[in-house]
Amino acid sequence: MTTETINNDTSTKLQSNLKDAIEKKKFAITCEIGPPKGADDKEIRETGEILRGLADGINVTDLQSSVMRLGSLATCHILKEMGLDPIFQVTCRDRNRLALQSDLLSAHVMGIRNVLALTGDYTTTGDDPQSKPVFDLDSVQLLWAIKRLEEGYDMAGKELTVKPSFFKGAVVNPGADTEASYELQIAKMQKKIDQGAQFFQTQAVFDADVFERFMERISKMNMNVPVLIGIILLKSHKMANYMNKFVPGVFVPEPIIKKMEETEDKVPMCLEIAAELINKVKPICAGAHIQALGWESHVPSLIKKLGLS
Amino acid sequence: MILTEQKPIEEILEKLNGENKIFILNCGGCPEGADTGGIKVINYLKEELEKKGKKITGSVSIDFLCQKALLRSRLRTRKKEIEESDSILILSCGLGVQTSAAVISKICHPALNTITFGGITGMWQGTERCATCGDCVLDYTGGICPYTTCPKELLNLGCAGQSNGKCETDPERDCGWELIYNRLKSIGQLDKLKVFIPPRDHSKMLPSAKLRKTNLWALDEEVV
Repeated sequence: MTTETINNDTSTKLQSNLKDAIEKKKFAITCEIGPPKGADDKEIRETGEILRGLADGINVTDLQSSVMRLGSLATCHILKEMGLDPIFQVTCRDRNRLALQSDLLSAHVMGIRNVLALTGDYTTTGDDPQSKPVFDLDSVQLLWAIKRLEEGYDMAGKELTVKPSFFKGAVVNPGADTEASYELQIAKMQKKIDQGAQFFQTQAVFDADVFERFMERISKMNMNVPVLIGIILLKSHKMANYMNKFVPGVFVPEPIIKKMEETEDKVPMCLEIAAELINKVKPICAGAHIQALGWESHVPSLIKKLGLS
Repeated sequence: MILTEQKPIEEILEKLNGENKIFILNCGGCPEGADTGGIKVINYLKEELEKKGKKITGSVSIDFLCQKALLRSRLRTRKKEIEESDSILILSCGLGVQTSAAVISKICHPALNTITFGGITGMWQGTERCATCGDCVLDYTGGICPYTTCPKELLNLGCAGQSNGKCETDPERDCGWELIYNRLKSIGQLDKLKVFIPPRDHSKMLPSAKLRKTNLWALDEEVV
């Protein structure tokens, strides 16, 4: 009886819009929802509606920047119920291996099929700097653990009644600024692929040359894995200066900062900058991951500019 | 006293894979008290390694490996043997392995796992830290501890939070993995970055009451 149930369940094809889009070589678009700080689902549903039909997958951040807010799993569940395809971001900061594995099983029974495995920012970067950091696993080990769950075993080697399956993603930073950190990013990307990562989303990029060099390098190393370029919608020159100073691995070149500073009309300029970059790198990558950071309502115009749909 | 436990011989041999000339470095401090170091253990390791066709280029016992200046001066006379070795097998706590790796441009393999500090960290006077995790991985990291140099205790390479070689938690603090990368590069061991390190066994950080007691033997029991 039990065996039959297991077989039936695993024979069904993994249902993921994102996976289909990438496999069909469609230029995939993923967007992002940062859950609100409160027991509130209204904003999530509104943003979900804006992104309907535009995004192949929607990332849901997991207490981004170590700031306490509504959870990623619950938000993914809401999006799933709305008929959208969420990407469950899982960091290693707040949960040990018991909780991580359990949440992954929970995600699967809720129909969530995309997972993005991350290390997570350190606790002191957020609004609860006194909290205890967990980091029982690192992002590579998390991918390894997911692979084991998919094979029907938990990390302790105990058999699962029904095995989950996921479309597994990871992140990489093409703009790491020292030789060591750049080489470590490349080596870590390979480790993540070895442990089952099927797609990558990058840290935000503003310089097409940086991204091109990165893509050339991984292609030389035969890392033939779909990469979605990370795009942040730049709202002002102040935001650019802030990111250059405080966000590791993000570098906004001076001409772009100038464009934002000089324009009277920030929104069209922001979208023009993003569209220009995406169109430039479109031939060399599998898609774009757009982080609108509150400007989700402008994503439809951006997509229109890209001429994708 | 710092309490250590010998790594299983199979693990030691696995980590020495591909290295044929081995120099054994023994700490004459805590390991001797814990019975994990000293001439008996050196001879045992020599025998086991020779059985596998490895050549022991030499061995030396120094009190204490965690005293960097002393270590450096005592190793001067063994320079030739060390130079001709592929790697160094070290009988000491994690601090001793880290200080040795800081002064020897060779792969330094811990032969022991560090279980617990008994309130005294030997003669240690440096910046190195040992977390007494009981599952030493210094072989893979050029003798720089990823648990104590990286706040996230990342085992499989650093995160994207570093900036100009500094940690996201503190702009003054070196990124541990940046240090590890540079060390591995300087000893020609960048291939070590490819090794997947499985999740650590945190239960090893909870030494048994018996082991804890052993740690205090010098206070609890008559010596003779």
